[in-house]
Amino acid sequence: MQAVAETTDPVQALTQSGYKWGFATEIETELAPKGLNPDIIRLISARKGEPGWLLEWRLKAYAAWLTMTEPHWAMLAYPPIDYQDLHYYAAPKRKPGPQSLDQVDPELLRTYEKLGIPLRERAILAGVEPAEGSRQVAVDAVFDSVSVATTFRETLAKSGVIFCPISEAVREHPELVQRYLGSVVPTGDNYFAALNSAVFTDGSFVFVPKGVRCPMELSTYFRINARNTGQFERTLIIAEDGAQVSYLEGCTAPQRDENQLHAAVVELVALNEAQIKYSTVQNWYPGDAEGRGGIYNFVTKRGACRGARSRISWTQVETGSAITWKYPSCILQGEDSVGEFYSVALTNHHQQADTGTKMIHIGPRTRSTIVSKGISAGQSNNTYRGLVRIQPKASGARSHTQCDSLLIGEECGAHTVPYIESRNASAKVEHEATTSKIDEDQLFYCRQRGLSQEDAVGLIVNGFCKDVLKELPMEFAVEAQKLLAVSLEGSVG
Amino acid sequence: MLQITGLAASIDGKDILRGIDLTLPQGEVHAIMGPNGSGKSTLSYVLAGRDGYAVTSGSARLDGADLLAMTPDERAAAGLFLAFQYPVELPGVGNANFLRTALNAQRRARGESELDAVQFLKLARAATKQLSMPDDMLKRNVNVGFSGGEKKRNEVLQMALLRPRLAILDETDSGLDIDALKIVAEGVNALRGPNFSALVITHYQRLLDYIVPDRVHVLVGGRIVRSGGPELAHALEADGYAAIAAEAA
Repeated sequence: MQAVAETTDPVQALTQSGYKWGFATEIETELAPKGLNPDIIRLISARKGEPGWLLEWRLKAYAAWLTMTEPHWAMLAYPPIDYQDLHYYAAPKRKPGPQSLDQVDPELLRTYEKLGIPLRERAILAGVEPAEGSRQVAVDAVFDSVSVATTFRETLAKSGVIFCPISEAVREHPELVQRYLGSVVPTGDNYFAALNSAVFTDGSFVFVPKGVRCPMELSTYFRINARNTGQFERTLIIAEDGAQVSYLEGCTAPQRDENQLHAAVVELVALNEAQIKYSTVQNWYPGDAEGRGGIYNFVTKRGACRGARSRISWTQVETGSAITWKYPSCILQGEDSVGEFYSVALTNHHQQADTGTKMIHIGPRTRSTIVSKGISAGQSNNTYRGLVRIQPKASGARSHTQCDSLLIGEECGAHTVPYIESRNASAKVEHEATTSKIDEDQLFYCRQRGLSQEDAVGLIVNGFCKDVLKELPMEFAVEAQKLLAVSLEGSVG
Repeated sequence: MLQITGLAASIDGKDILRGIDLTLPQGEVHAIMGPNGSGKSTLSYVLAGRDGYAVTSGSARLDGADLLAMTPDERAAAGLFLAFQYPVELPGVGNANFLRTALNAQRRARGESELDAVQFLKLARAATKQLSMPDDMLKRNVNVGFSGGEKKRNEVLQMALLRPRLAILDETDSGLDIDALKIVAEGVNALRGPNFSALVITHYQRLLDYIVPDRVHVLVGGRIVRSGGPELAHALEADGYAAIAAEAA
């Protein structure tokens, strides 16, 4: 209950400045030439010191990509993307893959410090004791195309958990990567996934062995810094039988007038009775109030509940990006497996979001829960697009969708596009949807009690999103609440 | 002290208040009584600063400051509290959280230090106890699923915590059974003192048996047609508004 009260202060400080993560870091960057062709892919692969099979895998993806066309079924409007006008590799100049934080460029560390990323190992190295009872979070930080620091690796290694940049996993744990990479999102799955498979540069790799409960939250922080650069990270998380892990990603980018492309792929694999909780606080630069600049975010996230009684839970708070195209999904293969999707998508100014989920029920008695909260303000457009598919063998499957939209102002749009396909008569699929406007009575009530217009909007919106925010780990829930309030700055009155 | 002079206001071009003069000295409780549609609720909304009302002439000052020039939250920080006739539901917003956010916003605006969660909870628990309200009222979402009586009691709880200099109670008695009415009245009476004044808007005399006003004003057709002591409320109950209005005309 402390969260919202604590929120108002920092929010007031933040609203003075708008997007406070918009600074760029002056750092020497190694850039590949613009454009995409097999030579660029060979260059990326060589820079990463990859084995031959992975280069072949990339080239195969590239060949598939060439035969595909960009999808345009989403409710999104944007000028054509020139895929040859981008850099596909950007790395801070210095040897990538530092062994400890001491070897990380201090300018980078200052950047992450400005962003408030808890590279807490820094403090521990400096001999500072962590506060009693404070939860430890291991962080992997990805700056443009490379991972620059992963913390707490040794602590994790003691329990058998592998948490490292995926480029390193390719070298150190090739058998795991080869077994699982592309097993959930195949190279030719869709246009953006194929592109990612061809040129992915870095991202995180997590492996939690049988029966291990990961002793701390894992977190990756993605930062696009370089100009005219695409970020194509690839994340792979594997939880073996009975393993449990909670993972969070955060993302920001400098404020730039041109658009930047982000096309990530995330694959999750949960074996028997494994549980993976994946939370995202996405705050890529959304563009300015007139719709200039901002990130184009085309992301494929998918989890496979392969084992019986496994569970995958996606929680996302999406406040950033000019364009969001993202449908974190669950393939519920194992019997009695559970998929969950909790989403807050907020759009303001000229932002466009087309986001939702896919729940594919394959195994018997599989269950899915979808809670989507869309908030539209300004001239933005916010679409929920969700598919619930019940396959013939999914006897006794259940799915429940709750999809709520909140409109702020007169010029924004909210759309709900549910697809329900049931091929098993014993399955039960429910879908509820509501659309409401932020209520003048609620605003006046809050203001009469002393809240400013913006704090009142923030409070009401946070209340609207509560069912989703409570799914986030505590410290991130607080961050997400602040973010929601800041993102709505100037949207009312 | 509240000083209202020649206050006229309209909504959608329709005149509702047609020149209100009212002085509410510090420490006093005044009642405003009147039939439906006489402008009672409009008066409370105009004083609290709700959008949609156009003040066409006149002024309203609280302790000398121009109320009408302030935003609703500035009026709240200046000490004005409105107990709503229809308290609003805030889904997903916890009552304690809402109250603490409001209290700290007001304290910040007045340059006072903010209360931390522990200090606040101590205050809040004392207030719920005094109003015979269960503690879980603080944990529930603001007014969501509250009965009519609970909503009104929640308004009084907020008033007790925010400690306004001027409270306007807009038909707080409507929909209350006699026990709830007594609790609400006790809440108001507990605040009475030299630094608290209240404007009690009501349709019925019943509430005034428990909150005995210093003065009673009768509002008809957007004007105060008669003022008097507490006995005026009894006369109204006996003779009805029509008789008073006819007499005043």
